[in-house]
Amino acid sequence: MIRDPKDLKRYTASERANHWVVGMCFILLALSGLAFFHPAFFPLTQFFGGPVWARILHPFIGILMAVSFVSIFLRFRKLNLMTATDVEWLKRSREMVTGDDHNMPEQGKYNGGQKMLFWVLAIGMLLMTVSGILIWRAYFHFDITLVRLGAVVHAGMAAVMIALIFVHVYAAIWVKGTIRAMWYGTVTRAWAKQHHRAWYRQVTGK
Amino acid sequence: MPLQSLDILRRSATTTPSTQVRAPVEVAKLIDVTTCIGCKACQVACSEWNDIREEVGECVGVYDNPRDLSANAWTVMRFNETEENGKLEWLIRKDGCMHCADPGCLKSCPSPGAIIQYKNGIVDFNEENCIGCGYCVTGCPFNVPRISKQDNKAYKCSLCSDRVAVGQEPACVKTCPTGAIQFGSKEDMKEVAAGRVAELKTRGYDQAGLYDPQGVGGTHVMYVLHHADKPGLYSGLPANPTISPLVSLWKGVAKPLATLVLAGVALGSLFHYVTTGPNEVAKEIEDEIEAEDREKEDAQ
Amino acid sequence: MDRKGRPDVGLKLNRRQFFKVSAAGLGSTGLIVAGLAPTDAHAEVRQYKLTRARETRNTCTYCSVGCGLLMYGLGDGAKNTKAEIIHIEGDPDHPVSRGALCPKGAGLLDFIHSPGRLKYPEVREAGSKEWKRISWHEAITRVAQHMKADRDANVVATNADGVPINRWLSTAMLTASASSNETGILTQKFMRSLGIVATDAQARVCHGPTVSALASTFGRGAMTNSWVDIKNADFILVMGGNAAEAHPVGFRWAIEAKKQRGAKLIVVDPRFNRTAAVADHYVPIRAGSDIAFLGGIINWLITHDKIQWDYVKAFTNASALIREGYGFDEGLFSGFDEKTHKYDRASWNYEFDAKGEIVTDPTLAHPRCVWNLLKAHYARYTPEVVSNLTGSPVEGFLLVCQHLGETAVANKVGTILYALGWTQHTTGTQNIRTMAMIQLLLGNIGMPGGGVNALRGHSNIQGLSDLGLLSTSLPGYLTLPNEKQHPTLETYLSANTPQALRPGQLNYWANTPKFFVSLMKWFWGDKATKDNHWGYDWLPKWDKMYDVLQIVEMMDQGQINGFIVQGFNPMGSFPDANKVARAFAKLKYMVIIDPIATETSTFWQNHGDINPVDPAQIATEVFRLPSTCFAEEDGAIVNSSRWLQWHWKGAEPPGEAKSDQEIIGELFTALRDLYRKDGGKVAEPILNLSWAYANPQAPTPEELAKELNGRALADIPDPADKTKVLVKKGEQLPGFATLQDDGSTSCACWIFSGCWTQAGNQMARRDNTDTGLGNTPGWAWAWPANRRILYNRASCDAAGKPWDPNRRLIAWNGEKWAGIDVPDFKVDAAPETGMNPFIMNPEGFGRLFSVDKLVDGPFPEHYEPMESPIGTNPLHPKVVSSPTVRIFKTDRDRLGKHTEFPYVGTTYRLTEHFQFWTKSVRLLAIAQPEQFVEIGETLAAEKGIHAGDWVKVSSNRGFIKARAVVTKRIKALTVNKQTVHQIGIPLHWGWETVAKKGHLTNRLPPAVGDCNTQTPEYKAFLVNLEKA
Repeated sequence: MIRDPKDLKRYTASERANHWVVGMCFILLALSGLAFFHPAFFPLTQFFGGPVWARILHPFIGILMAVSFVSIFLRFRKLNLMTATDVEWLKRSREMVTGDDHNMPEQGKYNGGQKMLFWVLAIGMLLMTVSGILIWRAYFHFDITLVRLGAVVHAGMAAVMIALIFVHVYAAIWVKGTIRAMWYGTVTRAWAKQHHRAWYRQVTGK
Repeated sequence: MPLQSLDILRRSATTTPSTQVRAPVEVAKLIDVTTCIGCKACQVACSEWNDIREEVGECVGVYDNPRDLSANAWTVMRFNETEENGKLEWLIRKDGCMHCADPGCLKSCPSPGAIIQYKNGIVDFNEENCIGCGYCVTGCPFNVPRISKQDNKAYKCSLCSDRVAVGQEPACVKTCPTGAIQFGSKEDMKEVAAGRVAELKTRGYDQAGLYDPQGVGGTHVMYVLHHADKPGLYSGLPANPTISPLVSLWKGVAKPLATLVLAGVALGSLFHYVTTGPNEVAKEIEDEIEAEDREKEDAQ
Repeated sequence: MDRKGRPDVGLKLNRRQFFKVSAAGLGSTGLIVAGLAPTDAHAEVRQYKLTRARETRNTCTYCSVGCGLLMYGLGDGAKNTKAEIIHIEGDPDHPVSRGALCPKGAGLLDFIHSPGRLKYPEVREAGSKEWKRISWHEAITRVAQHMKADRDANVVATNADGVPINRWLSTAMLTASASSNETGILTQKFMRSLGIVATDAQARVCHGPTVSALASTFGRGAMTNSWVDIKNADFILVMGGNAAEAHPVGFRWAIEAKKQRGAKLIVVDPRFNRTAAVADHYVPIRAGSDIAFLGGIINWLITHDKIQWDYVKAFTNASALIREGYGFDEGLFSGFDEKTHKYDRASWNYEFDAKGEIVTDPTLAHPRCVWNLLKAHYARYTPEVVSNLTGSPVEGFLLVCQHLGETAVANKVGTILYALGWTQHTTGTQNIRTMAMIQLLLGNIGMPGGGVNALRGHSNIQGLSDLGLLSTSLPGYLTLPNEKQHPTLETYLSANTPQALRPGQLNYWANTPKFFVSLMKWFWGDKATKDNHWGYDWLPKWDKMYDVLQIVEMMDQGQINGFIVQGFNPMGSFPDANKVARAFAKLKYMVIIDPIATETSTFWQNHGDINPVDPAQIATEVFRLPSTCFAEEDGAIVNSSRWLQWHWKGAEPPGEAKSDQEIIGELFTALRDLYRKDGGKVAEPILNLSWAYANPQAPTPEELAKELNGRALADIPDPADKTKVLVKKGEQLPGFATLQDDGSTSCACWIFSGCWTQAGNQMARRDNTDTGLGNTPGWAWAWPANRRILYNRASCDAAGKPWDPNRRLIAWNGEKWAGIDVPDFKVDAAPETGMNPFIMNPEGFGRLFSVDKLVDGPFPEHYEPMESPIGTNPLHPKVVSSPTVRIFKTDRDRLGKHTEFPYVGTTYRLTEHFQFWTKSVRLLAIAQPEQFVEIGETLAAEKGIHAGDWVKVSSNRGFIKARAVVTKRIKALTVNKQTVHQIGIPLHWGWETVAKKGHLTNRLPPAVGDCNTQTPEYKAFLVNLEKA
């Protein structure tokens, strides 16, 4: 990859690191969580040194992810406030998915989809953390109904989040030139102009 | 080459069937609360046989010691003083695993083979496979399994599966001084219970009955109660126990559904990619940028 | 019978399992090597842990149900293995327990391996704060020297009248009711040769009154029926006991009667207890008012004509005339001496005719016949009077009357299960007497499903009573000679060999000389000759009874220097423990022989307010000798049904512990050596004592058991045909019928004769065939003569036909008595001979009127406990409590008044514990960890006490602190128009414990006992209660 000094800075190193901490945690949590969720995934526990280690590590990784996500949330929450344009974008997202982005409204740093993801993940993280603590038997003892509710919420929300992260990852793969923003922080001006024109204008002054 | 002393009906977290061909007799333990004197011999015999010792506790103003089930106390007597129809009664119930036909613990357990339901009805924990998640506790409608502080593994009454496997009765059954605990085939135990219920009715206990809750498919530990209409009198025996709908949802529909959804999303993405192709920066925009750059250079 | 008494049936199966296990082991090892095991999760049950363990039969050591045990030891018996016991469970073949064990039995493993087990001989030197380990040699030598010095200084050779009395009072000894018969009889020999009379066993603090009440009524002092026989009852009364709590496995047969026969069960008790939890009805009663209740029943039965007339007329002394001069007035029977507080009992006797036989009036019309005296005596006990005295509701009382009354017919039988709730009162003996009379009126004695069932306490308390390990007793219910009444053999035998008081009676005590001479031959062997009156002069003679209360009083007065305590914990079990502690501190030396650490052995240790003593101020030298427990020895113990059950050793004792027989053997031989070497006072009884054991320092259980049975010292001719020999010289006797009074037989305990015959050890028999009605005559051996139900002749009418054809125990078949039990009768005595069923009584009757056998009256009368919550006796306010109570001045001064101590305290056992030992048993400490008292809700509310609070219960003698159990199960009662609250006080706590430390409950009760037996009044005394 040729790095051009004229590329636009999209993420600072600290933001990228923060993202990847959350990302790695998420992957580990998904792998271990799925192992406890359905027997088909149980062998995944071997990645963690066996099922008991998977059980022990999972909640601690969860705590790490929750804390890291709080930082992400604080960094990006303002940028993810929804605007009328975002709603318009969301309405037209089907066109985008089918490959035609000509009619999409101009986007700032994040498009409506990304913002949606941000907020759903934020709520999901909260629910996962709370329900996770409810079912963390090694340290907590809550009323059995709460624990049961926690188990359902944790499992259901986890499924939703994993699905969303699939979309998130896929979107990064699908939209070429995106992943490098999280690797070394920059995107090409063309990429920015194409996908986040409002942001492009803002940072380039054009 | 698993050594199987008992045929297995179901294993936790296992999607394929276990040995289904042999059909050993279904066993049951019958606890006749109406002849129980609360002597705790069953508690002691259980701990002795299973080599477990609870901590020495304290008296908190009742006869119940140990206070509750634990990894080191798999059965406890629960005492309740009540006045029914103007007559004082001291209702004493031996609490412990009910060995449900539809065990909530097994349903909840994520670890293959950590919980086993034998074909004779015994639901047993194999601690070697236990990962200590506590899901069995979440799943149990009777609040029975306990996680040990020592090893973080779940423990409960095994109905002395080791004894039953060699043809002996459970330790608590054998030791019961008054014969309030009996053991045999489930069919026989139901018959014994019917006899007891009939006898109790002659003594004025019109509501006497057998506790074999169908909400969990019946149990392999059953009670004869004088007040079968009010199981709650017996230190909170649930009137109509079932696996919680939340647990059913969690370990029922949710499991395949979520798996399908995830698979769908993953596959959908793949097919989207191969059908729609990547979303690349449009040629015109790259050209525009290049043009801008050239303009700039020229200006210099 | 390898596997120690266990038929070898399980072995094939076991071996198969063994191979299976080995194969599995190989298989799984292979898997692990292949790296597959951890993920390839097996579903395997825990391996059966006993497959090849060595199995040994034994008998539970705790209570008198005598449940069968199977003990499993490590290894298969190979020499190279130390067979530590790893598991104990019930013996399924045992006819009573059928595999069951109560919590204590189920937790025996933790008793054997208790951290409290003693492993080495130790001494606590005078003033020391700690134990010092010593060698056995040092221990035995020092103890023997102490004993000899004390005996030489204090033994009394003759009394003022010149009667040889060999009485050594300055060293007292307690013996162990959980030890085997063999230990018991050896101890008897040891003690009496030394002249020890200040001796007692747990029977004194337990069932003493049972023996005096039942013997004075029926002729023998034991539980009449058997555990299994309870299943034949139609009605079961549990009063003065808590069978479910104290004898859970025996109680199974009451449940069986309920289930199989539809029997009704009623509990009368101060507390709604564990028995009440499974009863049909519960009736509350004030502790200490049982005679009022039972006397009321007698009155009700008479006024409602619920009497089994044929039985009463034929088999009881209802028709006997009582001599003129007998009377009862204002609470006193005739003959009372105000000064001595004793009765002259001359007027309490039958009217005899010229032949010395009893005059009767079969029409029961004579005003002086027992029947009319009985009727008059109890006419005062109306239901209202009963309710006023007992606090029991009238309806409850009547319910009991009606149910009992229903058994006054031939085909309905009721039984009573009682224990210490009746014995531990100043009126203990009379409590039981009243019930015995009721059962006679109802025709329930001798009947399957009937009887007066005394549920004995310790596992061998029956045996130790049988062996005469009480101050004034000898084996087989012979009395130890009294210096005044029996100065010579002649006076002894004539006083104890009664004449028949009715024509044609068996009058079995007519054989006393045979029993006694055989006993003397056992004591002194060849040295006992006709010329020296069989060594009669060597026997110690008593002047008064040295029961535990007397012993403590003497210690407190500084009259006792030495105290040997064998398997007993008097610090815990004697009343007024503060006095006991004070008394112990005055001893010069104390010797403890016990498997576990007891509070007695550490009475000198300070434990804060639980035992506030200063060791430096206590000069007593305490020796602690570790002994074996049941699991580590062979021997027999006698259960409540009089079964002598042999048990087998399953493991070696811990550390250097030795069996009691070895300890006594070493101690005796050391003492004898000292006397041989140095001489000493009254040495003959010691030097002449027969001690012909293969190893004199360690007599074996087999040797001693054979001595209990007895053997022929010369050929015994057949009395029917003098040319034939019945028993050859040296052979074991077939039974007590062959005992002789000419010195040709030796027998240590005549009632046990038949237990080890030429045919071998009968106590080891394990044939559990039910010959009918739950009778298993092939299981072990029962005294007397393997009879299982006492007085079974009375199960038939006068003509010899069973009263109830469905309860056919024995019957007269035209030639002899025969049936499923051994007849308790002369087998060939036809019904027409008029021989009565109570063969130990010289008149053959069951006694409604106990004549002069008891010190406090021929009829039971209600007297208040020494500490009465109402302070009066509404029946006769001038005589409030029993007039014949013996109480020492120091103890009288320690009594409290109801104005200061308003509540009734009553002590009892919990099913999870046995006396003071099981607090050292972890499994039981878990099941019941901490001292508590039970308080009714009303009283608790008055005092602002909540469940789990700490409370202080105090009497005029001391206090305890415990947790409060606040319960609906104790209700306030209205007695004599006053509200009476009762407080339940379980007794099991102390400081030698793996449970939570607790106070000695017996700091509270007074040191006063039953008038007849001095069994202390633990069951009714006054206390106060406050929040701690």
